[in-house]
Amino acid sequence: MTVLSGKDLPRDGEMLQGVALHARLEATWRREPGFWGWLTTVDHKDVARRYIVTALIFLALGGVLALAMRLQLAKPENALMGPDRYNQIFTMHGTTMMFLFAVPVMEAMSVFLVPLMIGTRAISFPRLNAFSYWVYLSGGLLLWVAFVLNVGPDVGWFAYPPLAGPEYGTGKRADVWAQMVTFTEVAALCISVEIVATILKQRAPGMTLARMPVFVWVSLVVSLMVIFSMPAVTLASGFLLSDRLVGTHFFNPFEHGDALLWQHLFWFFGHPEVYIIFLPGAGFVSEIVATFSRRPVFAYPAVVLAVVAIGLLAFGLWVHHMFATGLPRLGYSFFTAASMAVAIPSGIQIFCWIATMWSGRPRFEVPMLWVVGFIVTFVLGGITGVMLASVPLDLQLHDTYFVVAHFHYVLIGGAVFPLLGAFAYWFPKFTGRMMGDGLGRLSFWITFVGFHLTFAPMHWTGVMGMPRRVYTYPVGMGWDQLNLLSTAGAFVLATGVLLFLVNAAVSIARGRVSGPNPWDAAGLEWATSSPPPPYNFAHIPVVSSASPLWDNRHHLPVMTGLRVDDRELLLTTVMEAKPDLREPSPEPTIWPLVAAAATGGTFVASIFTPWAVVIGAVPVAAALTFWFWPKVAPTPEPVAE
Amino acid sequence: MRRRLLPLLPLLLVGSACSVDGIQSVGGRDGQGGAAIADLFGIFLVATLLFAAVVAAFLGAAALRRRGRRADGIEDPEGSGTERPLKTGLIVWIAAVAIGLFGLTLASHLTDRSMARALPDPASALRIEIVANQWWWDVRYHFRDPSRDVRTANELHLPAGVPAHVTLKSNDVIHSFWVPNLAGKQDLIPGRITDLMLIPRKTGVYRGQCAEFCGMQHAHMALDVTVEPREAFERWRAHNAAPAVPPTNALTRAGYDYFTTRECSTCHAIAGTPASGQVAPDLTHFASRRSIAAGTLPMSRGHIYAWIADPQGPKPGNAMPYIGLEADELHAVAAYLESLK
Repeated sequence: MTVLSGKDLPRDGEMLQGVALHARLEATWRREPGFWGWLTTVDHKDVARRYIVTALIFLALGGVLALAMRLQLAKPENALMGPDRYNQIFTMHGTTMMFLFAVPVMEAMSVFLVPLMIGTRAISFPRLNAFSYWVYLSGGLLLWVAFVLNVGPDVGWFAYPPLAGPEYGTGKRADVWAQMVTFTEVAALCISVEIVATILKQRAPGMTLARMPVFVWVSLVVSLMVIFSMPAVTLASGFLLSDRLVGTHFFNPFEHGDALLWQHLFWFFGHPEVYIIFLPGAGFVSEIVATFSRRPVFAYPAVVLAVVAIGLLAFGLWVHHMFATGLPRLGYSFFTAASMAVAIPSGIQIFCWIATMWSGRPRFEVPMLWVVGFIVTFVLGGITGVMLASVPLDLQLHDTYFVVAHFHYVLIGGAVFPLLGAFAYWFPKFTGRMMGDGLGRLSFWITFVGFHLTFAPMHWTGVMGMPRRVYTYPVGMGWDQLNLLSTAGAFVLATGVLLFLVNAAVSIARGRVSGPNPWDAAGLEWATSSPPPPYNFAHIPVVSSASPLWDNRHHLPVMTGLRVDDRELLLTTVMEAKPDLREPSPEPTIWPLVAAAATGGTFVASIFTPWAVVIGAVPVAAALTFWFWPKVAPTPEPVAE
Repeated sequence: MRRRLLPLLPLLLVGSACSVDGIQSVGGRDGQGGAAIADLFGIFLVATLLFAAVVAAFLGAAALRRRGRRADGIEDPEGSGTERPLKTGLIVWIAAVAIGLFGLTLASHLTDRSMARALPDPASALRIEIVANQWWWDVRYHFRDPSRDVRTANELHLPAGVPAHVTLKSNDVIHSFWVPNLAGKQDLIPGRITDLMLIPRKTGVYRGQCAEFCGMQHAHMALDVTVEPREAFERWRAHNAAPAVPPTNALTRAGYDYFTTRECSTCHAIAGTPASGQVAPDLTHFASRRSIAAGTLPMSRGHIYAWIADPQGPKPGNAMPYIGLEADELHAVAAYLESLK
């Protein structure tokens, strides 16, 4: 094999541009044709799109479960379903929404948008990215197949032992839950590593840390949070599985284990998890507000620092889920203060977004409606959050419907509203077409009204003493009408979300063709066509401000010289984003899928026998060996400036 | 300050103001802890709603300020003249939020401390031990003279104005003891002993309910609480410390025979009889309670029949099996249980 010298290689530049360049890049970066190409693709946009579609299917399934619960609770002593079914349903609802919808969909948005926003051709570790999707899908299928077979978990999405332990959580239900967590942990960790590497090393030349879009900052912070918080739940679910499968006693108080150990480990992950879901929402809002207010976001450094502050504080308040467990009282004060302190960076963000509108010229297109709905709802959720941070108040309100109201305000209001706004905003980038405006506005208003109709009454239901997770309640507690109202609201809410999805489906087929930058936005993702080609950008853009498309309205400077006959990326320095190295990006391959299948088989079989881990290691190792088999010797080249 | 804010509460939160009358509601002021918490809730509500109002006003103004002006150009933030005042605004806002939160944290901390300080010495309080089981409450009153001890289930009688120190344990999974009208909740965790001080201020009938998901019948794990004058409590205590009344007629005698010689006594105890099972609620004064099966059914003849005939009907999954009593046995056992006043 001959090593080609730098001069002989085809590169983008003066000699090669326009149609000829696109054809060369297309040939190099496109996925293989047909179904095989669908299975082997490592394009971050393909993976992100299927992540998003899958997560939306889980959203719909979780929503149907929510409606089933609301029907059961519509009246006291309702006989629609028994406790066994109801307990499975509320466990499945929480687990599906947290592990299979919210976290994956937010990560998928990062997987799609981050490489485009920072001006690179591909995500780092694209095969790992493909692998993570298949692992996630396997985890989701495990959970839902188990539920359909009536072995769905029934111990709550938090699975406290000893209820989830071997003695009281009989059968395989809790194992299914714990193993599903393993799947989603693996998937989330894979993505987080990719995102961190992509952001730190693949930014377009000139995009210093201080010029990164807020959403990219959010993705970086959230990925680091996943990397630091997921190991806690990995450990916890591993302990739980080994308690259940091989008779260890980590959580068995009668053999010197401790039931509370689980709660510490679970919430050390569980509380950051909430911000892992909410912070991307804040990122979406920052982008949308800037575009539609026709100015960069107000006080960018303050917004970014607030994101980082929330990411740090998130690790210091897990005990506020445990105020009723009887830990030392004085230590609680620290966690009260830390929980309250989250309101400061959140307050800064809210101020900055409103200030952006105030000093800009806000246009209330559909994405902006979701932003306004978000601010109103999130502030109300923040209020109840401050209340729940107080130990005496929490001891009354904890585990009541007040808390159910609170976290739906922050999770739906704080994360799902911005997400739906983000779908409407980036829909042209995903599909090349605009989302319908009329139906978009209608779906916003129905969802907004339905949401408050459902969850506002729950504040009162909780104050009136209704605990969470009850499959029925007696007559005469004063909860009847409030519950009926919530049930009615839930159907309005579901109608709104359904209309949103219908609008999306119709618009994919018949929406107006959008062009590269329909909103006249400032970010690099709008510098390429909609949807972007497999290689994202013909030439790598060069950035000299935080709003590149606004500051270079007529001609975006680019950098040339990347190979077009091979998948080549430009790596830049971490802080200043100066060109640093050339890096080959992996080709499509089937091995991530095979490795995921082998991993999934191992995980599922290890519910039944510990030997599965030993035997399953063989196919996993084989698949990884083929995955990493070196094909050609890399050609070392210096970067030509 | 607190007292002056209180009249605002009903205006702000009509629902919770109504709920003060509820037998299981947070707004209740029937216990010392509950009242302090209700005050704190008022402070938080007023303070946080004030901040929310500021945000809403700012948002409304920002949305309407330049409405209708359409231009495709990009705003130059530095040239518009709004940037400096907004930056000052941001600093003022951060300061206001920080001060507000500091005040609330302090209020919360002081309430917590003052509640803790107000608690009397447990040694001088009425001593109660509650052990949670899937899905019922085992209740024991301990006195210096053990002959005065009382054992009951799924009910709590408390003398008004007398502090009660409740020791909490669990036999199986994690539960949470919660009588909102009297105090905040406290988990019962296997392998640990937790405790709670109840200081009821007003006589009345309240309801408590398990607040931590504890399995299939978490929804049916309630507790009837009666706060009564001291004399009434002492009468109740004396009556409940005494063994069960012996059967008085042929029907209750037949019920007694069945109960003490057949399945029932494997699990249930009735003081003064050979029935001494320890894994199910003590039934010595069963018929004097307000409900059956931890608040599942109100106490009545019909419900006693229903429960004995098919315990899995109203509370599926609970530990009491279907026995398949013949009609005459059912009549006898129900009549005997109904006589256990």
